[in-house]
Amino acid sequence: MKKSIFKNRWLPYLLIAPQMLVVLVFFFWPAFDSLRLSFFQTSPFGDRQVFVWLGNFTSLLISSEYHRSVLHSFIFSLGVTFLGLTVSLFLAALANQKIRGLPFYRTAVLWTYGIAPPVSGVIWLLIFHPSYGILTYLLSMVTSYEFNWLLKGWIALLLVIFAATWAHLGYNIAFFLAGLQTIPKSVMDAAKVDGASGFGLFRWITFPLLSPVTFFLFIMNMVFSFFETFGIIHAVTQGGPGDTTTIMVYKTYLDGFVHLRMGSSAAQSVILMVLVISLTVIQFRYTERKVFY
Amino acid sequence: MNDALLKKTTRPQLDGRKLIIHLLLICSICLIGFPLYYGFVISTQSIEEVIEKPQKLLPSIHFLENYTKVWNRIHMGQLLINSGIVALVVSLGKILISILSAFAIVYFNFRGKQVVFWMIFVTLMLPVPVRIISTYQVVATLGWVDTYAGLTIPLIASATATFLFRQFFLTIPDELVDAAKIDGSGPLRFLWSILLPNSGANIAALFVVMFIYGWNQYLWPLMVTNSEKMKVVVVGISSTIPTGTQPPEWNLVMAAAMMALLPPVLVVIFMQRWFVHGLIESEK
Repeated sequence: MKKSIFKNRWLPYLLIAPQMLVVLVFFFWPAFDSLRLSFFQTSPFGDRQVFVWLGNFTSLLISSEYHRSVLHSFIFSLGVTFLGLTVSLFLAALANQKIRGLPFYRTAVLWTYGIAPPVSGVIWLLIFHPSYGILTYLLSMVTSYEFNWLLKGWIALLLVIFAATWAHLGYNIAFFLAGLQTIPKSVMDAAKVDGASGFGLFRWITFPLLSPVTFFLFIMNMVFSFFETFGIIHAVTQGGPGDTTTIMVYKTYLDGFVHLRMGSSAAQSVILMVLVISLTVIQFRYTERKVFY
Repeated sequence: MNDALLKKTTRPQLDGRKLIIHLLLICSICLIGFPLYYGFVISTQSIEEVIEKPQKLLPSIHFLENYTKVWNRIHMGQLLINSGIVALVVSLGKILISILSAFAIVYFNFRGKQVVFWMIFVTLMLPVPVRIISTYQVVATLGWVDTYAGLTIPLIASATATFLFRQFFLTIPDELVDAAKIDGSGPLRFLWSILLPNSGANIAALFVVMFIYGWNQYLWPLMVTNSEKMKVVVVGISSTIPTGTQPPEWNLVMAAAMMALLPPVLVVIFMQRWFVHGLIESEK
């Protein structure tokens, strides 16, 4: 901490006031209010609130609709995370080699950071389009399987997984590149002298040394796919077909703003809050440690 | 996964190995660039060309026609201006209030400092979706629905920016503060003429990351606006997606998508150096 400090009775409070105001009014109060609302049920006209203890939570707990939403959220998020990490690690490893034209190559992989998830969704929607999509057309030449996301839930999931992964590649690649650059050259040279090469070098030296970054990215990708992909679902599948792509955040929105079940929606918000708090705590507890030991 | 590339690490095959890396990189770049290329190609074709099978994967001549058509149809100018305002206010607002908070936390002793620090930290765990209903009610009570204030201010708090500036201020030598004190300049003067001029790289870095964050917002703008003239572009383009009974004008959808995509991608490309730095530093 600093030794030299200014002395002033009121100035520091004035300086933190703007941020504190935003934090209290738009973060803390809404969070507490969601918590409070999750113990109430609001009448359909919104005029009466009935205290129901944990009623909203228990009805979620036994709702098979909610179970499906949780299950599909995890399939979606794990899909986005594994696909995203695999592709970006591969790309980052390539873009970390000492070759000519490196600045061009790096820009050509990092630009994807600018893609808004919903815009990515719209483009992938066309690629997957049952009648006009290029992917559907190409698949129709090799198989007679009807590749139609409107009819088959797993294809819809695949569509939103691809869209979310594509929009998040730049982020992952930037971190993997930074991670690769922290690996000391001497370690790699020593390993090579000891006879490591090829896949062995990657498997036993590079990958373990990258594990803190990989773990950090695993958490960040889970957070991303749980909380920042609403736009893809809303713009592309609207949770369908059926409810295959109704991920938890989308269901919270549907129940709160479309079906006007405020209590249930607030309870779902609280569950999501617990989830994001756990992910953040895990991230802060473990990322500073050397995961590869 | 990487074995093809790494098997070739022995010295005599050096050139072959580099050639393979170049090839792999070019293939991968084509693959991850394909959706963008495909979207662009379709955006230049006529509707007949779009529904043709197989589609031609080369640009056609309807670029201007499609772009002006969709520009006028969804008031693209207004959408882009709104997105620009949201992205700028959110990114600059986050940076401004974070600099002030970090300055207070690093250079002053005051009661409740730890509490303030933790409160800012906790905002990391409260993304928009988990507080959506109640935030909306607060904004409605304030009468901010469908205003720029409602669109931007609830997104402005930033733990990451505050921590980044705090880290950075801690690295500034104490001698500078002492010198400033001897010169008789007060804390605000010190902030303005010493700290700010030295924070350029950090500000640029955060600007890129926060600009993208602001531009890419979807859920909050969707909730808090209801008139056409307050919509942002990522929300606006979904209205171009043809439903069952409408003509399949995917060329127009793609033209709209390209226009929504271009500004943030350009920001990333032109500020790439700062963006990588900002991303890594702010997540430390």
